Amino acid sequence: MDKEPHISQRFDEELHEVHALVLAMGGVVEEQITNAIKALQESDAELAREVIGRDHEVNGYEVRIEEECINILATRQPAASDLRLVMTLIKTIADLERMGDKASKIADMALAMGHGARNDNPAFLRDVGVMADYALNMLRRAMDALARADAEEAIAVAKGDEVLNQEYRSALRRLITYMMEDPRTITPAIDALFIAKAIERIGDHARNICEYVIYLAKGKSVRHLPLDEVEQSIQGK
Amino acid sequence: MSEPQKTKISVRHLDFFYGSNKALIDINLEIPENQVTAFIGPSGCGKSTLLRVFNRMYSLYPGQRATGEVLLDGEDILAPGMDVNMLRAKIGMVFQKPTPFPMSIYDNIAFGIKLYEKLRKVEMDERVEQALRHAALWEEVKDKLKTSGLGLSGGQQQRLCIARAVAVKPEVILLDEPTSALDPIATLKIEELVSELRNQFTILIVTHNMQQAARVSDYTAFMYMGEMVEFDSTHQLFTNPGKKQTEDYITGRYG
Repeated sequence: MDKEPHISQRFDEELHEVHALVLAMGGVVEEQITNAIKALQESDAELAREVIGRDHEVNGYEVRIEEECINILATRQPAASDLRLVMTLIKTIADLERMGDKASKIADMALAMGHGARNDNPAFLRDVGVMADYALNMLRRAMDALARADAEEAIAVAKGDEVLNQEYRSALRRLITYMMEDPRTITPAIDALFIAKAIERIGDHARNICEYVIYLAKGKSVRHLPLDEVEQSIQGK
Repeated sequence: MSEPQKTKISVRHLDFFYGSNKALIDINLEIPENQVTAFIGPSGCGKSTLLRVFNRMYSLYPGQRATGEVLLDGEDILAPGMDVNMLRAKIGMVFQKPTPFPMSIYDNIAFGIKLYEKLRKVEMDERVEQALRHAALWEEVKDKLKTSGLGLSGGQQQRLCIARAVAVKPEVILLDEPTSALDPIATLKIEELVSELRNQFTILIVTHNMQQAARVSDYTAFMYMGEMVEFDSTHQLFTNPGKKQTEDYITGRYG
């Protein structure tokens, strides 16, 4: 954001610091998801355990950022865009933390599926791989939009969530077909379904972050509004 | 805030001069009735000057003049025929420093009423009590009404001044930085009082404390260098102001 500095330099530093922490947290979450999917696809138990072990790092970021935000609210009484930034960051970290949980959950599943020949049908995980790439791309772009307070990019990313939802629905249909064809596939198909659902949720969280970014940039809450309306309302401004 | 507000005061093309120095430049503003409107802006932006136009305080000083229109319920208070005494009965004012008269608490309130109304003792007692209750001061002073108003604490003195202003049943109350000389507790009491009075009076408050404006007002006007930069609902102005100047000021970016 091309903002003039505050009269209080320390205030600027505090805001920059907490903003940077959130972006760093986003980076860690992205890594966690990437590794969880990799562990799943390559049946890499060690990597899965590493992901699970690192979840506390994500949680630690959340706690620390929340504290810093509370401190800023208490001591600076931020207004206007500063207030919107602090609120955006507070809300963003809650979604990032949930995404971190999903990564850890996927890693759990990777461990569970790793032994036995339960994932010998690669078709189950093909959907998951495509969806994960898409969700990760959404997360990356959402964090990028947050870094630049870029509402246009945020809308574009939020719109993409529908694609992921469709992917999820067709994955669901395919998995159901497998299960109907051969009941022995039920257990691995359900596992794959849970993973697909977790990834679909990661997309929802990325979309949430995009909505906060629109609020940050435009000062309008667009939660629970259809995206076409959102687009019109911020262009109308 | 969705309903259209009735306008109490309309300011139209108001210019104000201290001698040859133009202190207010083409101010246009619609102040809604029975709401709290706050005026914020850096020192010298003209917010106190504007407040002083509303009760024609400036006409006490030679060389100060206002041009344009200020309509109180449609009537131009700047018009030469305006009865300034009646105007000041309708528009009360409380200043930065508490200014109790050097007389008893009771007389501080009764003094103003006597200027406009002839009341019997019982009626007067009632009015004084009512005014003091309005100003949330009654419980603290009811046993010492005959003692000097100067013996009260700063916060109490300020509430006494508000009681005095309220006692003559004005329509508009002007508060010029009413809490800048008070401690935080006394400040909160005054803010509380403002919220309680908001439905009966149109309240205009000038304040250096932006958080105070955010807390007590329904509408906020941001002024800079004698101009009205932005006027909007307080919520809008403090969360998403329309002008960069306003944004810079309320976020503390004015160098």
